[in-house]
Amino acid sequence: MSRENIVNALLLLLLLAIPLAATAGDEPFYVTLATRMAILALGAVGLNFALGLGGLVSFGHAAFFGIGGYAAGILATHAFNMEPLAFGWTGSKSMPVIWLVALAASGIAALAIGAISLRTSGVYFIMITLAFAQMIYYFAISWPAYGGEDGLSIYVRNAFPGLNTLNGLHFFFVCYALLLVALVLFAVFRDARFGAALQAARQNEARLATVGIAPYRIRLAAFVISGMITGVAGALFADLNRFVSPSMLSWHMSGELIVLIILGGVGRLCGPIAGAMLYVVLEFFLGGVTERWQFFLGLILLGVVLFARGGIVGLAAGKVRHG
Amino acid sequence: MQTALLIEQTLNGLQFGVMLFLMAAGLTLIFGVMGLINLAHGSLYMVGAFACATVAAWTGSFWLGLVASLAAAAAAGAIVEITVIRRLYDRDHLDQVLATFALILVFSEGTRWLFGSFPLYLNIPPLLAGAVPIPGGAQYPLYRLAIIGVGILVAIGLYLLISRTRLGMRIRAGESDREMIGALGVDIRTLYTVVFALGAALAGLAGAMVGALQSVQVGMGEPVLILAFVVIVIGGIGSIKGALVGAILVGLIDTLGRFLLPAALAAFMGPSAAASIGAALASMLIYVFMALVLAIRPRGLFAAAG
Repeated sequence: MSRENIVNALLLLLLLAIPLAATAGDEPFYVTLATRMAILALGAVGLNFALGLGGLVSFGHAAFFGIGGYAAGILATHAFNMEPLAFGWTGSKSMPVIWLVALAASGIAALAIGAISLRTSGVYFIMITLAFAQMIYYFAISWPAYGGEDGLSIYVRNAFPGLNTLNGLHFFFVCYALLLVALVLFAVFRDARFGAALQAARQNEARLATVGIAPYRIRLAAFVISGMITGVAGALFADLNRFVSPSMLSWHMSGELIVLIILGGVGRLCGPIAGAMLYVVLEFFLGGVTERWQFFLGLILLGVVLFARGGIVGLAAGKVRHG
Repeated sequence: MQTALLIEQTLNGLQFGVMLFLMAAGLTLIFGVMGLINLAHGSLYMVGAFACATVAAWTGSFWLGLVASLAAAAAAGAIVEITVIRRLYDRDHLDQVLATFALILVFSEGTRWLFGSFPLYLNIPPLLAGAVPIPGGAQYPLYRLAIIGVGILVAIGLYLLISRTRLGMRIRAGESDREMIGALGVDIRTLYTVVFALGAALAGLAGAMVGALQSVQVGMGEPVLILAFVVIVIGGIGSIKGALVGAILVGLIDTLGRFLLPAALAAFMGPSAAASIGAALASMLIYVFMALVLAIRPRGLFAAAG
């Protein structure tokens, strides 16, 4: 077992241990904290497909996160009010249905945004993904039907067959299971021929083109998968907070997702988990010490970027092995 | 009366465009010369606005405030360049994005720390407080016309600076070959600090001028920053001319879209639906425009060759 695998296993066990210990110690707040970690990690795993494997610095993944969130919010609102949404369908309060809609909606958005953005590269790509996410953000703000600037409340957390999602631990298990699914997908994808081609496109586009593979379609496919996973994370996030608002679509959210990956280690399987855990702990710890926690978070982040490249998994597991 | 409204909205669009140009010019200059993407540019805009509002409140003079905004933004820019940005030139864009994102957190929270969460207000200077008649019988605020004038002067000044002066020659040389100008004995480190401070001063100027139209508050730079990105993506990164054309186009499309789209939709749907759908669509208009430009020219309208 390589050192990175051991670190990964420890991270996954640690994330699982927090809510179990918290439930045993009757501290439900920490269950919520762990659930938040798992959901943010899931969103970042999604982004890691594009950013870590493909080298596509998307500064617009909040768009997919928010679209997933709104999918959950809108379906639940319609189901609550019994208002028909489309074709007489009154939405749904079932998580699997909501996830499917979130997957579809964020996938379509990622296809449209990716198709245009991937015509460009480098700094253009960063700015264009940012701009498209802002477009959806402003649309959500100025579209009054679903709360506009005020957002949309989900009255009761949506349901999953066989589980009581109102129980914090049950909901954590749902999120944790989806995180594991995404991690398996990531590992399979990374080691498949498709993933290899994607990584080759990042490392040397000309060489990939020479062997007869066009990078555009591979990148687009990776971008869409990436957006879809982040979209599901958004749906879970809306359920966790029982609230969606345009802030889920804001560029701060996109920045946070990138921060999670960088803190944890770019392109690492469990980098997003390490990043999300550290981020939530910092947010909670610094937030408890000072109201100005974002100031110190900024300084810490600056320090990490300037002096500690490779993130936590990089520190713990050493360099990426190119074998 | 309808023509007067249209002229008024066009001037508003022009004024907005000019302000975006001040932001975009600094961004595109810094990207063109140093190859750096600076998300914290909006923070420098905010610094300019806060400096202007504070000094204007102390001294009672908007003009001293304006000077202070230039000085404060340029100083903040120079300090940031020397302490942080300098280490990022050789890094990839991801590190630059992340570090400058961190700077935004520091600037925003730091400003809230110093000034509190309440917005500050900045009055229009008495000299520019009036209005001038425009064709169609309406009045247009003199101050907004002055902003348009300042923008035009800055555009001309930048053109002269870059094409006619020694500093401009070095900037152009830095854009094309940074090793070579270093070898020729130009102090690149100082040059970069100067360019960064210049870009910051332009952002600070924009912030100060807009501060008198809106309230001065934390986070005011962020929407503008993203529009400035749209502008330089449309214009072509690194091109001052592209920034000018892109800014005017974005300013006009955004302002006129918000004015005309609800009216156009009202022709075939109810007035309240037209107002809300029109507003939502209008907010997306410039991004649609950006997508169109990129579909035709992926590197923007005035992209540098290569």
